[in-house]
Amino acid sequence: MSIEARPPPPQFAARLKRALGGRAGWSGFVVQILFVAALVWIFYEIVANARTNLENQHITAGFGFLKNTAGFDVSQSLIPYSGSETYTRVFFVGLLNTLLVSLIGIFFATLIGFLVALGRLSPNWLLSRISGGYVELVRNLPLLFQILFWYLAVLAALPGPRQSISLFGSFFLSNRGLIIPKPIGNPAFEPFVMAVAVAIAAAFLLWRYARRQLFQSGKLITIWPYVLGLLVGLPLVTALVFGAPVRFEFPELKGFNFAGGSRVIPGFVALTLALSTYTAAFIAEIVRAGILSVHKGQMEAGASLGLARGSVLRLIVIPQALRVILPPLTNQYLNLTKNSSLAVAIGYPDLVSVFAGTTLSQTGQAIEIIGITMGVYLLISLVTSAIMSFYGWRLGRSLEG
Amino acid sequence: MKRVSLVFTLALAAGLSTNAATAQTLKTVKDRGLLSCGVSQGLPGFSSPDDKGNWTGIDVDVCRAVAAAIFDDPTKVKFVPLSAKDRFTALQSGEIDVLSRNTTWTLSRDTSLGANFTGVTYYDGQGFLVKKSLKVNSALELNSASVCVQTGTTTEQNLADYFKGNNMKYEVIAFGTADETVKAYESGRCDVFTSDVSQLYAERLKLSNPADHAVLPEVISKEPLGPMVRHGDDQWFDLVKWTLFAMVDAEELGVTQKNVGEMAKSDKPELKRAFGTDGNLGEQLGLTKDWFSRIVKAVGNYGESFDRNVGSGSKLGIARGLNQLWNKGGIQYAPPIR
Ligand SMILES: N[C@@H](CCC(=O)N[C@@H](CS)C(=O)NCC(=O)O)C(=O)O
Repeated sequence: MSIEARPPPPQFAARLKRALGGRAGWSGFVVQILFVAALVWIFYEIVANARTNLENQHITAGFGFLKNTAGFDVSQSLIPYSGSETYTRVFFVGLLNTLLVSLIGIFFATLIGFLVALGRLSPNWLLSRISGGYVELVRNLPLLFQILFWYLAVLAALPGPRQSISLFGSFFLSNRGLIIPKPIGNPAFEPFVMAVAVAIAAAFLLWRYARRQLFQSGKLITIWPYVLGLLVGLPLVTALVFGAPVRFEFPELKGFNFAGGSRVIPGFVALTLALSTYTAAFIAEIVRAGILSVHKGQMEAGASLGLARGSVLRLIVIPQALRVILPPLTNQYLNLTKNSSLAVAIGYPDLVSVFAGTTLSQTGQAIEIIGITMGVYLLISLVTSAIMSFYGWRLGRSLEG
Repeated sequence: MKRVSLVFTLALAAGLSTNAATAQTLKTVKDRGLLSCGVSQGLPGFSSPDDKGNWTGIDVDVCRAVAAAIFDDPTKVKFVPLSAKDRFTALQSGEIDVLSRNTTWTLSRDTSLGANFTGVTYYDGQGFLVKKSLKVNSALELNSASVCVQTGTTTEQNLADYFKGNNMKYEVIAFGTADETVKAYESGRCDVFTSDVSQLYAERLKLSNPADHAVLPEVISKEPLGPMVRHGDDQWFDLVKWTLFAMVDAEELGVTQKNVGEMAKSDKPELKRAFGTDGNLGEQLGLTKDWFSRIVKAVGNYGESFDRNVGSGSKLGIARGLNQLWNKGGIQYAPPIR
């Protein structure tokens, strides 16, 4: 880089003018202020008008309904819930269900997407054709159709609860979902969790130490036996001293269904499967494009250093490809989250189903509820984008540094 | 479904923010030349389209009767199919003029939605449909069952009340549309399908083998189903209310689709008032003098509509029961036309 003469420090006023009004200077600034003021005014008018008119029409308005009793039950809830709770609680039940299915969906979509992309780029003819076929098949069928397919054609074809497929007599698979023994914490649970946490922290420090040694003095230290010892030994010793950390409640067939145990409901499974396989097809294409955007020379350079194909991909190509992949990948994550609102078709109680659905029709407060729901989706999207941008920023820094 | 409710909500927000609630539904309908009527997405006997898109059913007849009273033409109706959860927003936003979609009259719906019920088209109650192979004979044997239900209905709430009240456990699975609910029930995802009893009979017809399913004897709630109109337009409210009353009164007076021409010439004072040969009752409603005969000509009296759509003359074959006239052992009762 050549050395440039320092520009004269621009005057503060000129700078401010430029920042606020763009090229047009002060007059541009005034126009912008007026524009924003007009927007605010219009918005205010809309809200005020809607309010009076709702009142005139005797439509209940406001957010008071959130304190009322919901009076209906929900099939899956991550927090304790019953029909005698409030609509606020319903909102959180739905929100958590949406987040759960989205997070798990994003995880699997990313995993499958990367694998399919690598498969498609693989020199193995069969593998690359199968991967290509997958992408074409899955991304060209409507998502709702795929959700219903998993739900009605695959999961519903499982036998009823009385004829469940049983594994070891404690796992049961039926058209009511997968029922597994439910772990219940014993008094020894807390020390056990602490032991696991300590073991993980220690293993991490050990790994950092070994890495520093390797980079600074080229010494290769074998740490895995210690790590293994820590991760297995410490919790084991705690369990021996304090007793078993958990006991299991086993499911038992009672009446129509299983009582006891934990259950993964079919609606959740179908939705997660459909969302992750569908989004994976798009992610695969994005990843493939990203990898292809990295210059071929990088691959060859890596190979000439004696690295295996896998290592070249992992250490050289993918980090560079990620810069291209991240923005469209973020889009796919947002799509997946929004698509999860198709849940009501298969009876999965997501936010749109229990809040923008049941709660809306019970209270009739469409404006408030749709408003809240849109706000929540917006917030989820913004947070997702922020996390991805942060990751991208860190990646950019490490690539440059 | 989500998009539909979004559209109605936006329409509602936009409509509310521009002009105050239109208190002139009759004029709007006349100018448009068409009545906009909210119905179900397909419920045999109540409101369902045939393969040519012609709607029939007892709920449909109410709208046809209103159209006949206004235009002397029962075909001047646009039917808007609505899911349980979208129906009220569609009415509030002005998308429809009448909601005639097997909707239960409850206090909260009457007071908080900015809408009013105009009467009761069908007295119903909630029941349970099960596979006969389960060998269940009473709803009280349903402890631990999985139950399929349509979201946004009174059904969903009654269900919670009933199981709680009887100290029974259950799993509820709620779907957006009737078809999804019935499919899930048929696929074995649930042991029980619950809804208003009349709708259980209607939906049972859609199952591949209706004879394998039975309706349990318990009726766990009161579901008076009736038409709804927007709050604040009393003229329109009266018009829709008296259209249904006219159908019921016609049955009581012995006026049928067949004999309506004869009866119109009758000397009986009550018939003369109804037919408008004496006085101007129809005009007081904002209609014409012959409003009564227009309605009966178009859809018949209440009993005829009942038999044709849900009763003995239909595939549903439901007995009149509570919906029999008050003087024949039922509770259908309309104030006098005078
Ligand atoms: N009467 C109840 C239930 C009405 C209702 O929506 N019932 C379902 C039973 S399956 C139905 O008619 N669905 C037909 C449809 O969604 O088109 C209410 O007003 O909430």
